[in-house]
Amino acid sequence: MVEFALPKNSKVQKGKTHAAPEGASNIRKFQVYRWSPDDGDNPRVDTYEVDMDSCGPMVLDALIKIKNEMDPTLTFRRSCREGVCGSCAMNIDGMNTLACTKGMDEISGDVKVYPLPHTDVVKDLVPDLSTFYAQYASIKPYLQTVSPEPQKEWRQSYEDRQKLDGLYECILCACCSTSCPSYWWNGDRYLGPAALLQAYRWLIDSRDEATGERLDDLEDPFRLYRCITIMNCAQTCPKGLNPARAIAEIKKMMVERQV
Amino acid sequence: MAETQEGAPRRARPMAPHLQIYRWKITMAASITHRITGVGIAIGTLLLTCWLLALAGGPEAYDGIQGFLGSWFGRLLMFGFTWALMYHMCNGIRHLVWDTGRGFEPATADKSAMAVIGGSVLLTVIAWVLAYAMGGNG
Repeated sequence: MVEFALPKNSKVQKGKTHAAPEGASNIRKFQVYRWSPDDGDNPRVDTYEVDMDSCGPMVLDALIKIKNEMDPTLTFRRSCREGVCGSCAMNIDGMNTLACTKGMDEISGDVKVYPLPHTDVVKDLVPDLSTFYAQYASIKPYLQTVSPEPQKEWRQSYEDRQKLDGLYECILCACCSTSCPSYWWNGDRYLGPAALLQAYRWLIDSRDEATGERLDDLEDPFRLYRCITIMNCAQTCPKGLNPARAIAEIKKMMVERQV
Repeated sequence: MAETQEGAPRRARPMAPHLQIYRWKITMAASITHRITGVGIAIGTLLLTCWLLALAGGPEAYDGIQGFLGSWFGRLLMFGFTWALMYHMCNGIRHLVWDTGRGFEPATADKSAMAVIGGSVLLTVIAWVLAYAMGGNG
């Protein structure tokens, strides 16, 4: 359902300011979304004044510094700190990206940090991605075959392998799906760019033998066709992938199999 | 209400801000404008139908609606209708190109959005200059 305004319990309020330590001269302000399930308060935006002279270059460096030195209650996911795990996906400076690969020099003014848009917030910057993962599982992201198994591996030509480039790199960070207004309004029925890019990754895999069934599953006004090419997914993907194009290729396959 | 592992009722989770905080890209603006102009065209077509009905209804009815459409407000409405039509057509062509699997690079999509905006304004102005030049002052 299209609901432009936030529900009553989600309206964001002004929060506290955590001042920089004495003597810090190179200060940058971070405005960070906070919400805790343990009190009765609405979400708020806290301001942290971070001493940049003793901080790493990435937004994640600053978040870790805030947690270590200013406010241990700040909660966020992170793991690899090099853009391969997808844990620290969040909305930074208005766009969804990975905090670990987003340089602070790319942002002008205060650094605004929010959880992935339109998700249910578990705490602070941690979103509930259960539906997102269930949608990924629903596209059956594994090789399906009917042919007898080969003695060794399933072979693939060099050219066929190249078709997976730009698809296999997806780390399922959910930046694209949660950037998509169609997914915001219909996330319960529309699969979203990430799951559809993965669906296409298996549709064009030369070794997969369930192409017809996969297309049948996607042939639905909501699951696939809620994509109306808003392009937020391709604009925001921190890995530089293009879910919008993958979805367009699926739509093409739908037409091509009917002629 | 959902429960935590300890069995205590869990507070309803808030929804993370979306439109309120998301940075507008020209592609996103072009997309919602396509939707809005679509609605505008539907309303404009209704207006056109009224005009046709009045035309069939005789001189008095026709004079009435012609007076309204000829007023500054009527002309503003018609100008908006023209632009909505041009925008929806230009962006429709953009969608047709997309349907062939082309033009998906973000930089390309930005440029095509600019082209659609520029093209629709240009076509609208041309249509109105032509209309006035051909003596449509009534």
